[in-house]
Amino acid sequence: MKKIHIFGLIVIAIAIGIIVSTYGNASTYSNFTEAEELAKEGEKSEIHVVGKLTKDANGQIVGMKYDPVMDPNHFEFMLADTNKVVKKVVYGSPKPQDFDKSEQVVVIGRMEGDHFACNKILMKCPSKYTNEKPDFKEATAAKL
Amino acid sequence: MTLGNLGHLLVILSFVTALVATYAYLRVTLLRTDSLELSSWKRFARGAFYVHVAAILGVCATLYTIIYGHHFEYHYAWSHSSKALPWYYMISCFWEGQEGSFMLWMFWQAILGVVLIRTNKLWEAPMMTVYTLVQAFLTSMILGVIIPGIDFKIGSTPFLTMREAMPDLQVWAMNPNFIPKDGNGLNPLLQNYWMVIHPPTLFLGFALTLVPFAYLMAGLWRKQVIEWLRPALPWMLLTGVILGVGILMGGYWAYETLSFNSYWSWDPVENAVYVPWLVGIAALHTMIIAKKNASALKSSIILVTAQFILILYSTFLTRSGILGNSSVHSFTDLGLSGQLLLYLLAFIAVSIVISARAWKLLPSDAEEVSTYSREFWLFIGATVICLASFQVIIPTSIPVWNKIVESFGGVSKLAPPTDAITYYTKFQLWFFAVIAILTGIGQYFWWKRVQKGKMQDLLTPVWISLFITALLITFGGINKLPYIALLTASVFALVANMTIILGVLKGSYRLSGGAITHIGVALMLIGILWSSGYQKVVSLNGSGLLISKEDFFTKDDNRENKENVLLWLGQSTRMGDYLLTYRGPRTEIRDVPQYVPSSWLDIIEGDFHAVCLRDITVGEKTYHKKGDTVAVYPENVFYEVEYREPTGRITTLFPRVQFNERMGMVTSPDIKRELNKDLYSYAMIGSNPGDAEEWSPTENFRVALQDTFFVNDYVAVLESVTRTNAVEGVALNPNDIAVKAQIKILDKEREYYVAPTFAINQDRMVMRKPEVSEELGLRIQFMEIDPKTGTFSFDANFKQRDYIVMKAVEKPLINVLWIGTLVLVIGFTMSTLRRFREFRLIRDKGVELEKVMD
Repeated sequence: MKKIHIFGLIVIAIAIGIIVSTYGNASTYSNFTEAEELAKEGEKSEIHVVGKLTKDANGQIVGMKYDPVMDPNHFEFMLADTNKVVKKVVYGSPKPQDFDKSEQVVVIGRMEGDHFACNKILMKCPSKYTNEKPDFKEATAAKL
Repeated sequence: MTLGNLGHLLVILSFVTALVATYAYLRVTLLRTDSLELSSWKRFARGAFYVHVAAILGVCATLYTIIYGHHFEYHYAWSHSSKALPWYYMISCFWEGQEGSFMLWMFWQAILGVVLIRTNKLWEAPMMTVYTLVQAFLTSMILGVIIPGIDFKIGSTPFLTMREAMPDLQVWAMNPNFIPKDGNGLNPLLQNYWMVIHPPTLFLGFALTLVPFAYLMAGLWRKQVIEWLRPALPWMLLTGVILGVGILMGGYWAYETLSFNSYWSWDPVENAVYVPWLVGIAALHTMIIAKKNASALKSSIILVTAQFILILYSTFLTRSGILGNSSVHSFTDLGLSGQLLLYLLAFIAVSIVISARAWKLLPSDAEEVSTYSREFWLFIGATVICLASFQVIIPTSIPVWNKIVESFGGVSKLAPPTDAITYYTKFQLWFFAVIAILTGIGQYFWWKRVQKGKMQDLLTPVWISLFITALLITFGGINKLPYIALLTASVFALVANMTIILGVLKGSYRLSGGAITHIGVALMLIGILWSSGYQKVVSLNGSGLLISKEDFFTKDDNRENKENVLLWLGQSTRMGDYLLTYRGPRTEIRDVPQYVPSSWLDIIEGDFHAVCLRDITVGEKTYHKKGDTVAVYPENVFYEVEYREPTGRITTLFPRVQFNERMGMVTSPDIKRELNKDLYSYAMIGSNPGDAEEWSPTENFRVALQDTFFVNDYVAVLESVTRTNAVEGVALNPNDIAVKAQIKILDKEREYYVAPTFAINQDRMVMRKPEVSEELGLRIQFMEIDPKTGTFSFDANFKQRDYIVMKAVEKPLINVLWIGTLVLVIGFTMSTLRRFREFRLIRDKGVELEKVMD
């Protein structure tokens, strides 16, 4: 066997190692029910939960609690996962900017007792980058 | 003809001319020696390409005119620009949208095409065939044509009018000629000078990756399997510099503008462009030795192709919306993902076919490459770089994998690693430790300092670097094994490359480009190691005060999450070595060199002007009088935060929050730069002075002089009521009588004075000027004087006191990273210039040779 072949084999081995480790380190998209089961089994790894914020008739997010005077590092809200299971989510950091504007969020963390403790929130804000339908009502009223 | 029609016409023209040029260059390549026909086709091909370049310039000029002229009847101008923007940010509007960034890309490719035609006539025809074909593909991305029947959308045009872009709006029924008064504005994050220069640099890098690829394809096509290396190498180096600078600028922008808290966060968007850059770096190392080593030649072919394909792949990743759930960057899908995928697959197929045809022509090595040869070590280095990039692209592609599984009916719920920074660092750190060591060894072998069996030449730098590392570990407090490994490797790279410059090259600057670049890499690694590995959060809640007894607040297992502090206006809070005081919100007036308190201005709603509520004086100079209208940046609020060090030195930082109604709230840090560290602060929560304040219902107090009373839990004392001759902001007549009350209010830590005034004129008209204490959230108005009882009556209202929630981090030795970056760019540029000079010399010789042969 030539040196280059041995070298090639080593490279392939490392590449396979990388792929395997990617699987090992990857998280999963899941829901609260599975998160609870994982927590019961004592699993410490974190998962992604995709969910929707529930809003009341006035467009206010239900169950949102943030009082920086009490603790600037505590923010909680209710999230309904894809199976409509609603859980309290607790985020140990200040309330993210634009949270009120988002509808769909991805929370990354794990269940701790009655709540989902997350350390990262990804938000989908409809208005931020997609071109929301413009609100021209005022402008037209002035014109007519 | 409207601007939009002109633009669209020019897009079509540029697309058609790109195709015509491709065809013409193809004819030239396929023609043999019939010189008459050849030269006329060649002239035609060039002509077509020059028309194409002119059309592209026209397209860009048209779009910029639309943006600059505030033609809000066009959707692109409306959605990316606004009247408030200064001209330099209007440049950023140009490429905020995807169409604009495609245009930037093809603009550079057009310009580079002209340079290529003028520099390399020998390779022009086959190389430009590939080149113009890619350009045609790119131009089609902004065609905006829907193929009838199959309903396939080719490209998305930036020249749509509002009506064409949003035909469903109610407005059109009422007023078909409606034009919005103002645009949506530029995303506040992009309102930064780095965002004016970073995208053009990055896209120049994108465009440059096509040049070596085109030379490679031309070479394989014409069976000049080795000859393509010489013209391609300097371009490969240039790609490395420009793309690298573009990426680093993006990192610096993120550090300065985003509150990501770092210059690199392993976000998919960052990874998607980092990987092709790394592959390009590997490619240029193998290209340097490819003339002598067949394995390196084969690798070069694969890597140059891979770099170009990976650029297309990164475009696909970032613009198809496929990363939607996995990135903090938000992505929109313009409906072009199918087209992008098609191009990606087409170029993979074409390059595989062309390479496969030429593969049997490639030489093979007669004998094994020696472990003592420079080729061996460069090849190892390139391999490690490739593995490092492979480690990044695999997890980044998880969403793509999920999509593929889904399209075959399967279910894949794989998500990217939860903590990207920790995850990627874990692997990349070791790869780069190895790479750093290889840069040192590689340079020694390159300059033939090591002969067979005489490795001891390398021992000197090893001993020196071990000694330095030992000192650094001891005095720098480096305590983790991976960090020790990376530090040792980086110091070795530094020492070995320095000895090469000082020893072998004796400082000869033309040849030392490689060594200097490697020194830059080593410095960057050291800077990254300290600034990321040993950053220190300053804003820990150091008061020891238990805020609440609830479970959540008392358990402190997750220190990471308790790193934001609440700062009340005017109240000092101890944090680490610093005493922090929040001094209030500030606004930037466009022609005043300092931020001014926001309360000095009344911002005109829906406009970028404000009325001065008092004279604007900075230092001695009065810039504006009370009542003047000034231009401001109404979205930006800066929070003045004072840092007092134990030595008594005071630094003031202004972390910024932008309040943009359409795009939400955005925070940006302010950085205090010192020689050995950066102090990096950003406001997580801040109040918007533009919001209406909510005052509590009025409470009335009737007190006599020296009486003590309670306002909102504060102890207050009416100290005096005195006659005054001047009331700020009010013109008093000689017969008017004004009195001022002096009320002392005691807070926990200090005392405040509030002095409301009460005036009465000869017509018995009463004027009451309330006084507001922002620090206390208190407003007091002097209501009445009762001479009979000798009492005074005051009205008081309260509001939430102003506060911000802030995070502050110290980043040690970050300047070593920036210095390393600069050194890297200098070294890289030197190498590039050297190779271009080499190419020119040999090309000119070749041309002379041709002349002789004619």
